[in-house]
Amino acid sequence: MSLIIDTKHLAKDYVMGDMVVHALRDAHVQIQAGEFVAIMGPSGSGKSTFMNLIGCLDRPSGGQYFLNGQDVSSLNDDQLADIRNKYIGFVFQTFNLLPRTSAIKNVELPLMYAGVKNRSERAKQALEEVGLGQRVHHKPNELSGGQQQRVAIARAIVNNPVLILGDEPTGNLDSRTAEEIMALFQDMNRKGKTVVIVTHEEDIARHCKRIIRFKDGRILQDAPVEDPVDARDILRHMPDPDEVITADFAV
Amino acid sequence: MNFSDSIISALRAIMANKLRSALTMLGVVIGVGSVIAMIGIGEGTKQKSLENIQIMGSNMLTVFPNWRRGGVSGGPTDNPTLKDEDIVTLKRQVPMINTITGVVQRRMSARNGNKTHFTQVVGAEPQVALIRNATKMWQGSWYTGEDEAMSERKCVLGFTAYQELFGDEMAEGARIRIGNQNFDVVGVIAYKGGSGMWNPDDQIYVPLSTAKTRLMGKTNLDQIMMQTSNSDLMIVTQGQVEDALMATRKNASGEPLFRVMNQGDIIAQMETQTKLLSMLLAGIASVSLLVGGIGIMNIMLVSVTERTREIGLRKAIGARRETILAQFLLESTVMCVVGGTIGILLGLGSVAFVAQALKVPPVVNTQAIILAFGFSALVGLFFGLYPALRASSLQPIQALRYE
Repeated sequence: MSLIIDTKHLAKDYVMGDMVVHALRDAHVQIQAGEFVAIMGPSGSGKSTFMNLIGCLDRPSGGQYFLNGQDVSSLNDDQLADIRNKYIGFVFQTFNLLPRTSAIKNVELPLMYAGVKNRSERAKQALEEVGLGQRVHHKPNELSGGQQQRVAIARAIVNNPVLILGDEPTGNLDSRTAEEIMALFQDMNRKGKTVVIVTHEEDIARHCKRIIRFKDGRILQDAPVEDPVDARDILRHMPDPDEVITADFAV
Repeated sequence: MNFSDSIISALRAIMANKLRSALTMLGVVIGVGSVIAMIGIGEGTKQKSLENIQIMGSNMLTVFPNWRRGGVSGGPTDNPTLKDEDIVTLKRQVPMINTITGVVQRRMSARNGNKTHFTQVVGAEPQVALIRNATKMWQGSWYTGEDEAMSERKCVLGFTAYQELFGDEMAEGARIRIGNQNFDVVGVIAYKGGSGMWNPDDQIYVPLSTAKTRLMGKTNLDQIMMQTSNSDLMIVTQGQVEDALMATRKNASGEPLFRVMNQGDIIAQMETQTKLLSMLLAGIASVSLLVGGIGIMNIMLVSVTERTREIGLRKAIGARRETILAQFLLESTVMCVVGGTIGILLGLGSVAFVAQALKVPPVVNTQAIILAFGFSALVGLFFGLYPALRASSLQPIQALRYE
């Protein structure tokens, strides 16, 4: 097993006026390839800071971070952009799709920045993988929330990254759609992808194989999940999807 | 990310907000359009004026009183005047003069029945026809030396003046009123192809003596006009004319109270004037282009703010600084270039329109077009740079969390 994430004494301080806020201190985390990890904690616990650091969206104030064996702690903005493009797929709470742009064009975006040639082919494949093969030319405003998040997931996996990072990926979805998205993450994890999601919902975290809890900038607990929930099981026991959709429209 | 991708995404971003983009472009459209129009119209006017001077006559020398020297402070002898005796002097001392006449002129209104036309009335001896290259007649003939001697109230019409007063009727033998005097039309000069400023067709010639005594009440001459026998010796002749006049027409400090100009001088003087005018017009037009550029900058700044999350996302999934920079620079440049292209078309249209109204040739100045096009692209780059730098330096985390 190879290490995807390996942090040593990882720390992040913010200077606010003349006060220094230790958002994250001395975090040692190792995540192996093929793991499915939830990061939990109340707001201000340091989970988002940790997420930004392992997502290479931010640089640590101290310590080291090895992503896929490479020390990325001291890279510059453009190098980090390349690393994000190559190794990390992001899924955000608010989907963050480009408006007025078709699903396939949204999915092509990371490939465009990577300078890949046969983009539409690969983008279409990724959309098929998330079950949206029939809606490649729909624009975000023509898709439901769950479908938009699927497009975002397709965009995250299209570059074949070593790590998929979800930042509250189910935060804006109803519980059935959230289950569907979790099922998708579990599928990808079964296929060997390393998935890390940040969530504050215990139910969602229970789908993962391991939970790291943060509090006051430190790791409070790092433990495997006994008998993780299978999203497909839950979906099977949920009410008929049509009813849910009707209810959705009623709102 | 290659160039065509960038162009396509820039166009898409511009199309995403059509009304706003169109209004933003309008500034550049008007700026570039007015630059093209101003330069084109200026050039057209210049060309026409040059033509007018060329068809005025050849081998021509003109003496003007030099009002810049002498004047009130200089005392009576310093008055920059030209008199009949100067012509006698010149005839005697400069053998290379073929023909010579004194000229008085004034803008006056002429009337035929109910048609009135305000035009240049030129009092000159009949040999002015030779000097001004106006011997070819449409109707009738020139007044004669006898008419000149008798101060007859006869006149010869330039073609434009004839058209204004008579339409296409017979003018010869008709009687018109110039100022408050009746004049008999004895001839109409054939069309010389003049128009616009300094139009040699828009004139009425009357005998010099008639003009001086009956029409304008002038004793001094406004100009002395002459034709030299040899165009190669123009400069030599000009020197001789100056020498001959210097004997009497100089001020206390020995400076000439007259100027002698050949056609080249007149053309050069006119060119400086029109050039100045063109530059002034183009300068004013450039200001509107500048204002258009500021409009672009303003909208690009709004666009960067609006699309902060989009920029954050693009950075998160791997866009580098320079990619974002290029994206926004390209958007403003494409907007300026599209606006510039429309502006050029609009400018050319207005050149054609105004040229027709002013009866000057529509001059399409390729240099001006290239310049305006390049300048509008430059405006896009320059005014897009600051917003693009702002966009490219956004930190992905802050940008993604931006509400």
